[in-house]
Amino acid sequence: MTSHLAQVPLWAAIVIAVLVVLGSGLTLLGALGLVRLSSFFDRIHAPTLGTSWGTAGVMLGSALLFTLTGDRLVIHEIVIGALMMTTTPVTLMILGRAALSRNGGARPRAANPASITAGLDADAAEGGSDRR
Amino acid sequence: MRILPHALLTLLLVLVWMVLTSFSPGQLILGSVVAIFAGRAFAALTPDRTRLRRPDLILRLVLIVAADIARSNVAVARLILTGGRHGQRHSGFVHIPLDLREPNGLATLALIVTATPGTAWLDYDPDSGELLLHVFDLVDEAGWIDLVKNRYEALLLEIFQ
Amino acid sequence: MSETILTVALTLSQLCLVLAMLLATLRLLRGPRAQDRVLSLDALYVCGMLLLVVTGMRLGSSYLFEGALIIGALGFVSTVALSKFLLRGEVIE
Repeated sequence: MTSHLAQVPLWAAIVIAVLVVLGSGLTLLGALGLVRLSSFFDRIHAPTLGTSWGTAGVMLGSALLFTLTGDRLVIHEIVIGALMMTTTPVTLMILGRAALSRNGGARPRAANPASITAGLDADAAEGGSDRR
Repeated sequence: MRILPHALLTLLLVLVWMVLTSFSPGQLILGSVVAIFAGRAFAALTPDRTRLRRPDLILRLVLIVAADIARSNVAVARLILTGGRHGQRHSGFVHIPLDLREPNGLATLALIVTATPGTAWLDYDPDSGELLLHVFDLVDEAGWIDLVKNRYEALLLEIFQ
Repeated sequence: MSETILTVALTLSQLCLVLAMLLATLRLLRGPRAQDRVLSLDALYVCGMLLLVVTGMRLGSSYLFEGALIIGALGFVSTVALSKFLLRGEVIE
């Protein structure tokens, strides 16, 4: 059936299998956390599982597989890995600030930051409030 | 104005170009043209150049961060599976006063903190230099301040300032 | 032998990623607030990108990889644009 997979030596097949299953398993756990956790600021931590070692595992496995089945060194995957590493913090930071300003009502750079976080903790305790 | 304002960035762009296409002389020329233009465009956007004081420490930082990311991946995955130690987990906000002022150093710190599962960079006040961090599993606040200040910030201060 | 191992592992990982996409979609539909939806959209495109890479590994084609690269780049831009909209009420000031 698929002939390219049979070219891979056994040790590499085991390494690739472990890397890929670990990566996608961590991504699945991240998504599970996204559903199970109760407040927004808890949930913001969940997808980082998928973007850190989740992506790294799948990309390393893919690079290894295509290097062994192709005839040259394949390091395309490092570009995606680097892209994920540098873009995830940017999106999460902007999203976090957006959530802060939407929650607190005040701008995040208020004179007294303690009052904002106090309000936030109250909001977190509320859990799944249906405010939009 | 210099011909190559950001030599390292230009070199990196050529390398990425050739990784994504192929390692042939034609792609080298095309990639170099694109990278030189991109480097000049970047210089027009940000006039000040990044100066690395201690580039040799970067490798050490990368190794420390990779180990920390792997460790906190396991920790957060376990917390999600056990339902937060069966309801015992607390998350919370931590205020950390930073001494680091260099924009690139701060960007690197933001990258490290956010890429590590379990900590999220929320806000930074450039006037007071105070960072607002959200921690997934907050056991002791002083420990987190100590971790960020001594483990990452001290090294970044040496590299960038 | 190695073909069996890889086929099982890649199928398993495809299942995991599809399940992860379903869970992210659940959170996307459930909300409750706009920032939750943006966050789950972000997780959704990361899972989709990984699924494309794993499918490419299984089919032995590196063309799907280009698609994954585009999803990664566009997903980033769209999440930033949505977050910016939540923050300021407009995307380009």
